Amino acid sequence: MPGKLKVKIVAGRHLPVMDRASDLTDAFVEVKFGNTTFKTDVYLKSLNPQWNSEWFKFEVDDEDLQDEPLQITVLDHDTYSANDAIGKVYIDIDPLLYSEAATVISGWFPIYDTIHGIRGEINVVVKVDLFNDLNRFRQSSCGVKFFCTTSIPKCYRAVIIHGFVEELVVNEDPEYQWIDRIRTPRASNEARQRLISLMSGELQRKIGLKVLEMRGNAVVGYLQCFDLEGESGLVVRAIGTACTLDKLSSPAAFLPACNSPSKEMKESPLVHPPSHGCRSTHNSPIHTATGSRLTQNFSVSVPTLIYTGMGSGSAGKEGGPFKALLRQQTQSALEQREFPFFTLTAFPPGFLVHVGGVVSARSVKLLDRIHNPDEPETRDAWWAEIRQEIKSHAKALGCHAVVGYSESTSICEEVCILSASGTAAVLNPRFLQDGTVEGCLEQRLEENLPTRCGFCHIPYDELNMPFPAHLTYCYNCRKQKVPDVLFTTIDLPTDATVIGKGCLIQARLCRLKKKAQAEANATAISNLLPFMEYEVHTQLMNKLKLKGMNALFGLRIQITVGENMLMGLASATGVYLAALPTPGGIQIAGKTPNDGSYEQHISHMQKKINDTIAKNKELYEINPPEISEEIIGSPIPEPRQRSRLLRSQSESSDEVTELDLSHGKKDAFVLEIDDTDAMEDVHSLLTDVPPPSGFYSCNTEIMPGINNWTSEIQMFTSVRVIRLSSLNLTNQALNKNFNDLCENLLKSLYFKLRSMIPCCLCHVNFTVSLPEDELIQVTVTAVAITFDKNQALQTTKTHVEKSLQRASTDNEELLQFPLELCSDSLPSHPLPPAKEHLESASSNSGIPAAQRATSVDYSSFADRCSSWIELIKLKAQTIRRGSIKTTVTVEKASPVGDGNFRNRSAPPCANSTVGVVKMTPLSFIPGAKITKYLGIINMFFIRETTSLREEGGVSGFLHAFIAEVFAMVRAHVAALGGNAVVSYIMKQCVFMENPNKNQAQCLINVSGDAVVFVRESDLEVVSTQQPTANCQSSCTEGEVTT
Amino acid sequence: MTSELDIFVGNTTLIDEDMYRLWLDGYLVTNAVALRVRSGILEQMGSTAAVLQSDTMDRYRTFHMLERLLHAPPKLLHQLIFQILPSRQALLIERYYAFDEAFVREVLGKKLSKGTKKDLDDISTITGITLKSCRRQFDNFKRVFKVVEEMRGSLVDNIQQHFLLSDQLARDYAAIVFFANNRFETGKKKLQYLSFGDFAFSAELMIQNWTLGAVDSQMDDMHMDLDKEFLQDLKELKLLVADKDLLDLHKSLVCTALWGKLGVFSEMKANFKNLSRGLVNVATKLTHNKDVRDLFRRAVLPKSVFSVCPLPRWLPTPGPLGPLHGHPPWLPPAPLS
Repeated sequence: MPGKLKVKIVAGRHLPVMDRASDLTDAFVEVKFGNTTFKTDVYLKSLNPQWNSEWFKFEVDDEDLQDEPLQITVLDHDTYSANDAIGKVYIDIDPLLYSEAATVISGWFPIYDTIHGIRGEINVVVKVDLFNDLNRFRQSSCGVKFFCTTSIPKCYRAVIIHGFVEELVVNEDPEYQWIDRIRTPRASNEARQRLISLMSGELQRKIGLKVLEMRGNAVVGYLQCFDLEGESGLVVRAIGTACTLDKLSSPAAFLPACNSPSKEMKESPLVHPPSHGCRSTHNSPIHTATGSRLTQNFSVSVPTLIYTGMGSGSAGKEGGPFKALLRQQTQSALEQREFPFFTLTAFPPGFLVHVGGVVSARSVKLLDRIHNPDEPETRDAWWAEIRQEIKSHAKALGCHAVVGYSESTSICEEVCILSASGTAAVLNPRFLQDGTVEGCLEQRLEENLPTRCGFCHIPYDELNMPFPAHLTYCYNCRKQKVPDVLFTTIDLPTDATVIGKGCLIQARLCRLKKKAQAEANATAISNLLPFMEYEVHTQLMNKLKLKGMNALFGLRIQITVGENMLMGLASATGVYLAALPTPGGIQIAGKTPNDGSYEQHISHMQKKINDTIAKNKELYEINPPEISEEIIGSPIPEPRQRSRLLRSQSESSDEVTELDLSHGKKDAFVLEIDDTDAMEDVHSLLTDVPPPSGFYSCNTEIMPGINNWTSEIQMFTSVRVIRLSSLNLTNQALNKNFNDLCENLLKSLYFKLRSMIPCCLCHVNFTVSLPEDELIQVTVTAVAITFDKNQALQTTKTHVEKSLQRASTDNEELLQFPLELCSDSLPSHPLPPAKEHLESASSNSGIPAAQRATSVDYSSFADRCSSWIELIKLKAQTIRRGSIKTTVTVEKASPVGDGNFRNRSAPPCANSTVGVVKMTPLSFIPGAKITKYLGIINMFFIRETTSLREEGGVSGFLHAFIAEVFAMVRAHVAALGGNAVVSYIMKQCVFMENPNKNQAQCLINVSGDAVVFVRESDLEVVSTQQPTANCQSSCTEGEVTT
Repeated sequence: MTSELDIFVGNTTLIDEDMYRLWLDGYLVTNAVALRVRSGILEQMGSTAAVLQSDTMDRYRTFHMLERLLHAPPKLLHQLIFQILPSRQALLIERYYAFDEAFVREVLGKKLSKGTKKDLDDISTITGITLKSCRRQFDNFKRVFKVVEEMRGSLVDNIQQHFLLSDQLARDYAAIVFFANNRFETGKKKLQYLSFGDFAFSAELMIQNWTLGAVDSQMDDMHMDLDKEFLQDLKELKLLVADKDLLDLHKSLVCTALWGKLGVFSEMKANFKNLSRGLVNVATKLTHNKDVRDLFRRAVLPKSVFSVCPLPRWLPTPGPLGPLHGHPPWLPPAPLS
């Protein structure tokens, strides 16, 4: 009996009227966990009942604690007929199960009904008493922390990064059970919601077990997905990266600039278990011993092995031998793993040694051919196959590991495309093994500088390249070879030198496909896939060239299958890496050179393209320093277009086909216009409109080239569905429609968020689905973050300076903290004259000032310190307010006269009882410090309506539903004691409508990490105003005053 | 290619003030788009009309969803569905409950019933305010009226508490509710030159001095109904015109009180007898409901008497001895007709 769950129902508010006669409600609450149910008294005739119940106590296994959600149902008591349900609240109690996270869940939860949406709120308090259970054969994995964040969470440091964990569970979909024909839609939806909640609990517990077995204590980059396979079942699968994390001592966590893990590592005492000379890697698979509950086979990744031969691994001092040694070491560490995959996209400094390129694999499967649909074996085998393929691709690139790894599916009827992709990479073994940390740390210090461009250097053998590539010497260190273009799925490493700014680059593609059944369909899709990949890749390459950039980060290629078409959408962030060569232009060649007017047309196009490239270079501030050829050394001959993309298709017959993506012997960037298709392609290249001035966009965590974020953030989801006119659809028309859809969507976003200028849309995540024959649905989730424009200009100027400074901080341990702090927040220039000083102070303190202007943290008003800083901040605030006001008045070219409008002074802000909860898809909150991770949020909702028109049509319905989902996420975070969700992601938004029946249904799955953040305190204001040298002392002063 | 569905949901609900105004003013999406196009916003952002259309639809939808909450403003504060910054919440409420001068003059003193609602078409035509906006304003009046109708305590406080309005707007609503409750006639031609502000000012003083709540603070309900007993007592005022001594005393007291405060002081002094007689005439006949409703019209009716000053500035004369106490120095000198 290892746990006691205690629940108290306090009160309700804003309940709906359930009794028409009295316009009131007689509400009571059922609290259910597992098979135990408790009830509160009926609170008669009130819309704001005060139950103040006793503590309901459930004594349960910790296994159940992990699997089961707490289910709270609010009902209206009816003496004569059945009680009517008002709605439900599901509470995932997982965050209460690990010690560092939340201790209590307490707050107002929206009462949710799948038919009516949110109907009032209920105040609940939940606590868990856990008894320590040292049973070795346990089935639970309480205590393993889960993070959606795809980097090491901010207030932790990674001791070891163990590697890939995955799991998959299958169940029958309640929607397809026979009973669904007789039960109400509400019952069916609730059965589904409950089942998915249960399955994700189970999945998480099982993954936790694997992590414990690997001797880890956390899963980072946890990604859980649902596959609604229809008849064949409902699959919940998850992947993640097992780690051993150490919580940083809290004072360190509060210091503003210490977010680089390597620094903290040096400061904090190295407290990890003493390395035993050798540890058995043969942990018996205990789970099978008592595996009655387990419904599936484990594909356990073998736990970390200590490589005894390496000792402390400080042998290699020189680059060459060190590299070899490193490789050896890494290899040995990674070879132990079944799949050396990492779902992380950002890494501790020094972790990533080289990057090979993007690897991806897809496979088409038929769902109705699963022998035993209720068991996970078949799906496990499918995924294992794909992962194996990815692994071999990585090997072909001379890499041992795959980072930024992700998996996805696209299902249409009985056809399913499984996809996996990642970035082949060579990793530094020091995080992969126990006991070698200190040694490698020294190495890193000595080997410091090369790592800044090191990740660009090719990991494969120059003479034995996996594909034709164009290599040059690195433009940074001039020692190693680099490719001319680099595609990756990861975030830009923090230490990479980038010239100018980045931008969002998308490749969009549609292909018509004949409607077909079963195998014929699967074959048709398999045949189309290679061409789509090829074209997507070509488009990306061309657009990258057009932008004058040479690397893509965060590449995500999504292939969606529909009844009669395939859609491909690739998004990535293009940047100019200083280490890579300058990209060449794009040349257009015509096929019929004898035609004069044609020639003229071609040259006209060529001019347009050249102009665009020049314009883009200016726009994104790409002005690399000129380097004479001699220094670089002559490039390796035989220039060809190469691809970083190694991929393959396999259809259900397990046949693997490799495709060479290189363009044969053609010259690098020649676009041949031989037919109208190619013409279209060139045209579409030129139709992509850059965002309006003041806007930037990227799909990575942060925009390369911007680093002075202010604290205003706005996360949003936008959904668009278009209906294609079914008349003679051609590929071109389809492409154009799709292209317009995406472009218009982006334009709308820019327009909608214009009040935030200058700002950047970060983590722009497009999802395409084809809900019906002629419908295309695009869902975008992103966050808009404002930044300080003036400072941006300065920082780009001082960029090189700064990086140099940063390099030196690495060596001078004493000074590193203050220097880091100053270089991050203040452009390094001499003390400006008095007036300017104040202004710069105000722009620096723009973070807290804006914060006060936009957020409503009233509680912090009281404990603000009243020193002279206050005064300056106030000034800063007024300056800022003033500027905001002017921007507003510009917009106020209102057509409506104020004449007949009675203007009055606004009343004093009424006290709001609802605290603001921020949501962001990023792993951080600008201008704030995350102090605590409260646990994972993973929620699944279904909403259905039979009165679509009355709810404002499809738009009204979905708008309300998404708003409700946001509200429920915020409420759960607030109840955990948090004030933000980071790494938020809407993983699924399945929308189905039937306008004729006036019906619609929508399923949404979201996840993220609930956190507590604090605003970067007054201390930073102090320090940024001091000249660099005084920083240290002022920092301590700041600490005293706060 | 047609957009079937097009939505934008932010974690923080964005409120565009201009859009909100267009929506409140009852513009249809198409009209609002046309107006926005004319404002030159497209050129500023280099955007297209389609974008504007989509943005407008989306904002209107949001406002429409918020409207339900705006009907009970405290709900807006406690609801969880829309995360709105407090300053924006205040703006939403204040603007929603704001009303047009032209409109309020048309319905002031009318019964807030279905019958009046049917006349909104005409009011819309007369005032040039869209019917949609008229409906919103009318419904606001009615809603506030319904909520505070049976409540105890100060009218303004009740309104402020239940609708979270600014002080000034709450006072205006108190006047509207007060007028609607007592059905004072304000629509007659003779009263056309009076602004809502004039009436609101009168209402405030009447609430303060003439209602049941004003007379007996213990009995603190009924701030909306006039004190019948007090109206009866006004009959006694006849003495002020009948008795020569009292008339003189009254005159000297009033003159002392108003010395230097009135632009038309000398005229007032010269005509005091007539003025006083007119006032007392009005005051002594406030016993029947019908007369009460006609208060404003009758008070300006005797041309000979009230040609000097428009009535409402004289009217707030609670006690027999201080007829002009309430004249606010900030009011402009009354026009001579």
